[in-house]
Amino acid sequence: MRFNIDRQMVWLVEGVVAGLIAASLVGFFLAQRARSEQAKATVANLNARIRAWWVMIGIFALALLVGRGGALLLFAFISFLALREYVSLIPTVMADHRTLFWSFFVFTPLQYWIIYRGWYGVASIMIPVYAFLFIPVRLVLSGETAGFLDRAARIHWGLMVCVYCLSYAPALLILDIPGYERQSAKLLLFLVMVAQFSDIFQYIWGKLAGRRKIAPLISPNKTWEGFLGGIACAALLGMGLWWMTPYSPWEALFMALLVGLLGFAGGLIMSSIKRDRGVKDFGSTIEGHGGILDRVDSICFSAPVFFHLTRFIFISTHGRTP
Amino acid sequence: MSWVANAVAAGARHLAGATVRWLNCRPEERQRVYYANHTSHLDFVVLWSVLPRELRMRTRPVAARDYWQAGIRRRLAVNVFHAILVERRGKSEKDGSHSLGHALDDLLGAMEQGDSLIIFPEGTRGRGDQIAPFKSGIYHLWTRRPDVQFVPVYLANLNRVLPKGEVLPVPFISRVVFGPPLAPAAGRDSETRDSFLREAREALCALQTA
Repeated sequence: MRFNIDRQMVWLVEGVVAGLIAASLVGFFLAQRARSEQAKATVANLNARIRAWWVMIGIFALALLVGRGGALLLFAFISFLALREYVSLIPTVMADHRTLFWSFFVFTPLQYWIIYRGWYGVASIMIPVYAFLFIPVRLVLSGETAGFLDRAARIHWGLMVCVYCLSYAPALLILDIPGYERQSAKLLLFLVMVAQFSDIFQYIWGKLAGRRKIAPLISPNKTWEGFLGGIACAALLGMGLWWMTPYSPWEALFMALLVGLLGFAGGLIMSSIKRDRGVKDFGSTIEGHGGILDRVDSICFSAPVFFHLTRFIFISTHGRTP
Repeated sequence: MSWVANAVAAGARHLAGATVRWLNCRPEERQRVYYANHTSHLDFVVLWSVLPRELRMRTRPVAARDYWQAGIRRRLAVNVFHAILVERRGKSEKDGSHSLGHALDDLLGAMEQGDSLIIFPEGTRGRGDQIAPFKSGIYHLWTRRPDVQFVPVYLANLNRVLPKGEVLPVPFISRVVFGPPLAPAAGRDSETRDSFLREAREALCALQTA
């Protein structure tokens, strides 16, 4: 299914590209002005992040251009890479091998295929119910009992976060909102933009005004100033983008606030796992950003709630199901 | 066949998601023996695939004949990777020492032509947590070819990608760490077999925590 590329979508793309050009220019001037070693390192990391944004936005735009199939394929691939970063970091044993194979090559593609077919009911229970039951059954067959509950829980948790939760973002594409037909790509763009800009605003506020650490034991770089400034900016951005959503301006503000808060929580949760395993990033796939999972953790934790609230407000109350 | 080789190398590299580090060692166009820990059938494929293309064409893995001798595996090993297939000790019929001498001749013959080698001195695949004591083959190469650099390469997580006895891979992110070339303090001549094997193994173990 192709999406309707309407005037609003064109504005949005132009806005994002203009923002990126501005960011690249700022990065260029900062690089000229940086003197101390520490400042140079910070600016180099900033510029690496901006370069990576060009690539990520290019890929995302291309996928949306292809349509629902393209977007689902992209998110399926992101889930696959995120799950890979996750299981590479947590301890697994040889006896988990075949269960992991099922997780990567059966459950991950199946979840996205079900969404592609538009089977909302099946998509919402496949991993919470069927994978939850399947994983311990497959582990029992391996005959290894040591750490059984830990192993089953670790694998299921990874599938829930990296595949199930993330798949709610492109699942927005199958929502059939009355009066908003064939426009759901803009809802996905809204979620992704608010979540990512919330991270960016938090980073900028933290760098410029960060003083008081908010969770020194978990993530030493996160500050109260970064958190409050970033979330407030993200909420205002969301409100400013209300015209591309089915929400009213106040609803858009509330949704963006929610996305920012849940995304922040997601970042902290994933940081706790990294702390526990003694690493800083989940990987080094995206230059300057770390791994894929470091980039999408805010979407993983906000997408399911965003989806269900939207569905509740616009579909359930109108007595229709997608 | 070189495009097949490059395709297979790219596939293996991405499947195993290998991150590569060169520690006090650079990819150079000179003759070397890369020796690595052995935990998976993917080992030599991944090690070979992370070398720069020019080096890859002149680097030949040494693989066990009993595993790679038939069908598609043989075609891959011989035509694509230009592997040198050798008998493993204990797997050959009666005369172990005889076949060992043959294997050594095969390796030295390949090195005569200027090729680098990839060898696994543990002799057999381990479980991945510990590196077994080395077999003596690497020592004989070391004494015969004093002009060649011996480079330790530590392979991490490949046993999780494709463990012993499994056919289907799981795409874990693996690590390939190249270490500094061997230079035992005593010099090549005065070294005994056992002390060399111990030092070579320790150089490899040191990369585990790198």
